[in-house]
Parts: sequence; structure tokens; C-alpha cells
Amino acid sequence: MKNVTMQRPMQHAASNIEHSTFEKFALPLLTVAVIIATWSAAVEFSGTKIFPSPIAVASAIGTLGEKSLLWRYIADSLTRVFAGYAVAIVAGIPLGFLLGWNASLARAVNPLIQMLRPISPLAWMPLAVIWFGVSNAAPIFLIFLASFFPIVVAAMNGVRNVPPMYLQAGRNFGLSTWQLMIRVVIPAVLPRIIVGLRLAFGIAWVVLVAAEMIAVDSGLGYLIIDARNAGKRYDLVVAGMLLIGVIGLLLDTGIRRVEEWISE
Amino acid sequence: MKVQFSDISMRFGAMDVLQDVTISVEEGEFLCIVGPSGCGKSTLLNIAGGFLSPVMGTVTIDGDPVTGPDRRRIFVFQERGVFPWLTVEGNIGFGLFDLPDEERQRRVAQYVHLVGLEGFEKAYPRELSGGMKQRVEVARALAVNPDVLFLDEPFGALDSITRLQMRSELLRIWRAARKTVLFVTHDIDESVQLADRVVVMSARPGRIRRVVEIDIAHPRDLSSRRYIELRDLIFGEIGLAHQV
Amino acid sequence: MSRSRLLPLTGILAAVAAWQLGVSLHPSSLIPGPIAVARGIGELAVRGLLVKYVVASLFRVTWGYLTALIVAVPLGLALGLRRRAEAAINPVLQVLRPISPLAWIPIAILWFGVGDLSAIFLIFLASLLPLTVATMNAVHNIDPVHLAAALNFGIPLRARITRVLVPAILPQLIVAMRIALGVAWLVVVAAEMIAVNSGLGFLIVDARNAGNRYDLVIAGMVLIGAIGIVLDLLMRRIERLDSVRWGYAAE
Ligand SMILES: Nc1ncnc2c1ncn2[C@@H]1O[C@H](COP(=O)(O)OP(=O)(O)O)[C@@H](O)[C@H]1O
Ligand SMILES: [Mg+2]
Repeated sequence: MKNVTMQRPMQHAASNIEHSTFEKFALPLLTVAVIIATWSAAVEFSGTKIFPSPIAVASAIGTLGEKSLLWRYIADSLTRVFAGYAVAIVAGIPLGFLLGWNASLARAVNPLIQMLRPISPLAWMPLAVIWFGVSNAAPIFLIFLASFFPIVVAAMNGVRNVPPMYLQAGRNFGLSTWQLMIRVVIPAVLPRIIVGLRLAFGIAWVVLVAAEMIAVDSGLGYLIIDARNAGKRYDLVVAGMLLIGVIGLLLDTGIRRVEEWISE
Repeated sequence: MKVQFSDISMRFGAMDVLQDVTISVEEGEFLCIVGPSGCGKSTLLNIAGGFLSPVMGTVTIDGDPVTGPDRRRIFVFQERGVFPWLTVEGNIGFGLFDLPDEERQRRVAQYVHLVGLEGFEKAYPRELSGGMKQRVEVARALAVNPDVLFLDEPFGALDSITRLQMRSELLRIWRAARKTVLFVTHDIDESVQLADRVVVMSARPGRIRRVVEIDIAHPRDLSSRRYIELRDLIFGEIGLAHQV
Repeated sequence: MSRSRLLPLTGILAAVAAWQLGVSLHPSSLIPGPIAVARGIGELAVRGLLVKYVVASLFRVTWGYLTALIVAVPLGLALGLRRRAEAAINPVLQVLRPISPLAWIPIAILWFGVGDLSAIFLIFLASLLPLTVATMNAVHNIDPVHLAAALNFGIPLRARITRVLVPAILPQLIVAMRIALGVAWLVVVAAEMIAVNSGLGFLIVDARNAGNRYDLVIAGMVLIGAIGIVLDLLMRRIERLDSVRWGYAAE
């Protein structure tokens, strides 16, 4: 039992609740309003012809929404990111378990993983193009690389750090290795793996955008680079960025939901 | 009169935690507050320490109302209060920021000695046992020479042998330094071993049920008739039959 | 020399051997073998490009990352300590966070042109948000008892920041710094592939476009991997310092 439940000094406990709606909705809106106002003013006063005002971006979002192309780009991006990520999960979690469970194997394989891990997935691009050509498989491979290593490492460290007491208790109750895995190890490492999965997805999303800027001619990353190259349409560039942000946030929220659901 | 609680009431949201608590503590007194878990003991101590303000009533120390934390009276938490990023020395010297280096080192050495941690000056808390960490915290508090010490179940996380040792050490230190001590515990034996007076509180909302004077001279004989009498009196007051 | 000492090398050696074998079996493949790549690294060194490109990449990472750190820590502390500030700003951070830093490339080029400043700006963006959010969360995780003790001893605000707040968040912050540095290293390579004309990322693109020199492509990858490992190891060193070790679970 932790005894001390301290608030800030000399604070009336009752006064905390009243401002919460104000804080939750009005304050962020205020911040957004300030940002938009500053942005507008900066565009206005600098007299830039290239950088778009918030209004131009808003209308660009409208223009994009009318084109069916946009929906195809979104679908392409999502397909790529989920395909690469799914393969990374399917390959990475079992490998991580194996390495976490078998210390000698880990000593042999871990250095290789640690060496490949810091190679920016984008550096694999030329090889990906040799192996897969300019197709969907190349960016999927890069996404796979980006998410594979964090997932393996999270699963491996998770299994390694299962308190030995749990394993002893499990053995004590006569569980076989398989039962031990399913009833003790997996539940014990799940929280760590889930953190690793979210981290991996964040990196996958970064890599996706870059890969689409370099290697293919569809998707949200391509949308941005194309808008710039084809006629300096910076209103479309910023609109595309916002779109990437919003979709990324939605996906992140979705993954958090799945996490909460898995961990009950 | 050192510390005066006058008609203290406290509420968290809709929950009444303390009702009309009035206590006077003498200078140099060792006062224990006992009561069932959740009755508001920590809340009361936090109010006296200036970390919470009551809904009604006031606490005065030396006649001045308490308005916030103050280094003349130090709160000792369970051993978790030591800073894990500082060594034993760093922790004990923490409150002595306004002293010149030399003077600070002298004071730190003095209190390291007082709590018997010589040889561990450079050790980090993670290398110490629970009892040693608790000593560090007591030394850190005493080093700034406060006139009141607030201790909130300071020995609650220790094993029972260490706990007994820490009690006699605390008494030794208290007799040497003559601080006013407010000591919260839910361990009735502990209160009868340590206190000049024991304040017995009721279940929530906490009220004072009774104040018991412990008229046994130190060192106390834990098998004496008077000790057992007083202990059973408090057990009865809290509503526990003293049987297992 | 025991077997356990050799074990860590076996994985790498096996991979290199498999690579060599694969190349010998497909002599027509564009992919060069390990020896050709080693020769490629030698060639880069002789031409002076090795040092030049490594320095260029590290220079960009250093400035972008340090600037981000200098902004993020005070900002994160302020957001962690002031609930109002957090309520106002955190939702905006959460929306900006999933915008891939690389999506800013067109804007970086517009504002800063093709050059170092663009790359530094992208690395700054890539590190800023994770570091800010990590600092804020670390402040939330401080044991309230420690804050209360600091108040109790009446130490001045500056000392409260340097002796309590910062040391208390340091273990978590260092982990976030290590992860952010990894991302920064990833971003600099991507940025150099698109927005600059030097550095290891540029080396890879350039070697491929100018004559399919895949030995140099893989040489670039090896260098990127090696430097990434060194950066990661340096950050892990910091995690072993005595004053932060308390923050990590015992190993
Ligand atoms: N900051 C707080 N906010 C809301 N409720 C609190 C707070 N601090 C304590 N309480 C509640 O007040 C009651 C008394 O707590 P406390 O003083 O810690 O009891 P004790 O120390 O006697 O066990 C408990 O029910 C506790 O849950
Ligand atoms: Mg309590």
C-alpha cells in the first residue's frame, strides 16, 4: 500500500473537476486557432506566392476529396503498410520467442540482428528494386524490414525478462514446455510485445511515406512529392501531409484499441 | 504548545475523511496516531505538513498557521522517499543546499555517524537494504535540524526484526535531539512502544476516539503488566478482540 | 578462447558465407559479393568520399538532434508540470506526431533549399516530438513523494529542476533519446536520398543511378549499419551510469 496520495501543495481536492471540459476541448481548440492565425499572418506578411494559406489548404483538401485518385492512393498506402507489417509480425514474433527462450541461439543470431537493425530500411531500396522491381513488393519489403527488427527485439527481450519465479511456479504445477509457453510466457510478455508492435508501426508509417516518395508512383507519399514536382502545388503538399497525419493518428488509435482489447 | 490541530475537517469529493479533529502536541513530545486503515491518518499528517489544506479548521505550529511545506518540519515517508539518483551522502546533504561545502560535508558526516551508515557514504540506495534506506531518510530529515518530524508509517515496509531495531534507534535519536515527533502507524504495539501519548482514531470519517497516555519509562519492558494493559486498552478502543 | 566467445561471431560469419555462396551460384546477378563490397569501401576511402560522406551525415544528425533535445526537454518539462499547458498543446502534438518527418521534405526544400539545413530541419522534426512526449510522460511518472520531499526541504526552484526533476526523468529520457537517435539516423539517410547531394544516403542513390555500382550501394549500407550500431552502443553506455541505473529493472 502506498500511503501518500499527494496533490500539489495546499490544493483543495474539490476544485479539480470544474474546469475539465474547458481544458479538454476549449484549450486545444484555442491552440489550433492560434496556430492557424499565426500561419495566416505569416503567409500574409511575407507575401509568399508559393506557401499556401490555411484557406488554400482547406480548399485543396476539398479538391482532393472529390478525386477518386485520392481514395486509390489511400488504399494503396494502407495495403502496403499492412502487408509489410503483417509479414513482420508473423515472422518476427516466433523468431523473437525462439531467441528469448534459447540463450545460445540468441548469442549466435543476436549480433547479426543488431547489425542489420540500424541500417535504415530505405537504404535497402536499390536492392529491393533489383529483387522485386518497381512493384508493390518493393515498398512492402521495406515496411517489413522497418517493423521486423523492433518486433523481434521486443519479443526476445520480453521472453528473457519473464520473472523466473513465474516459470518455477508453472513447472511446479507440472506444466509442459508448451503449456508453460501458452499459459505463462505469452501472457507475461504480451504487454512488452504490444509496446514493441506500436513502436514498429510508427516506424513503418515513416518508412512508407519515404518509400512512396522514391520508389513507386501511387500512395500518399507519392501524392506529396508529385504535387511538388508537378507545378509546385504546395497547397496539395500540405493537404497531403495533414492527410498522412490524420490517417496515421487513426491507425495509431486503432492499434491502441486492439491493444486494450487484447490485454482485456 | 508546539503543534495545535483545531477542529480539522477534510473531505475528498463527496467523501468525509476527517471530522473535527482537535489535538495539542507539546514541544518535544512523541505523539503516535493510530487507527484503522483508511481512517485519514495520512491525510491528517499531510495537512500538518502543509501538503494539503483542510476544508475546515487550522493547524498552527508555534502559534503560526501552516500554509505550506516548510523545512523547519520535515515529513519522512516510507523508505521510498530517498532519491534513488543520489548517493547516501547526496541524500543526507540534500536539504543543506545553503551551507558552504565544508560545513555541509561536516554535517553530512555527523548524521551518517548518527544513523550508523559509515562506509556507505558513496553507496546508491539500490545497494542498501530497506532498513538502511529508512535510516538515510531519517538522517536527511534530521540534518536540516527541523523542530518537528512527521513520520507516516515509516517502518511499515520493513521486516519485523529490522522494525524493532529501527524503533529503538528512533527513540535513541529522539532522546538525543528532542524533536517534536508525530508518528502515524496502524501498528498498536508500535505506538505503545514509542509514544508519550497515543491518539486513537475511529474508522472513516476519522474522529478522535481517545487519547491514551503511555506512562511507562523508557526503556520499556514489553512484557510488563502496564504495557499489556495499555495495549489491550487501545485494541479494545479500536474494537478488536485481542485474540487470533 | 572458449566456444561461448566464438558464438556471437558465428551468426555474422554464417550470413556472410551464405551471401558469398549465393553470389557465386548466380554469377549473373547484379549483387556483388562481400569481397567486392570490401573493395568498394576501400575505393571510397581512397577517393576521400568515405570520410566526407560520413562526416556530412553525422554533422546533420548531430545538429538536428541536439537542437531538438534542447527544445524538447524544457518543453516536455513544462507540459508535464502544468496541466493547463498539457491540455492545450498535447492534442496538437498527437496530431502532428504521425506525420512522417519525411513528408516535410517538400516544405524543407522550399524553406531551406537543397542542402544541410533541410536535412537538419527534418532530423529536428523527427526527434522533437518523440523527445517532448517522452519527457512529458516521464514527468508524469515521477513518484509524487520525491516532489513532495523537494518542496519540504524548501530548495530553490533551479535546484529543484536540476537536482530532482531532471535526475528523476533521466532514465526514461535516455531510453527515448536512444530510440529517437535511431529514428534520426533513419531519417538522415532518407533525407539524403531525396534532398541533399552528399552523405551516405546520397552515396547509395548516386552509386546506383551513376552506373549501377551495387558494390558501392552495399558499401553504403554497411557503413550506415556500422555507424548506427556505434550510436546505439554509445547511448547504451549512458544507461549504465550510476545516477540513472536505478530507473531500469535489474538485469
Ligand atoms: N488525494 C486524495 N483524493 C481522494 N481521496 C483520497 C486522497 N487521499 C486520500 N484519500 C482517501 O481518503 C481516505 C483516507 O486516506 P488516508 O489518509 O491515506 O488513510 P490512512 O492513512 O489512515 O490509511 C481513504 O479512503 C483514501 O482513499
Ligand atoms: Mg496512511
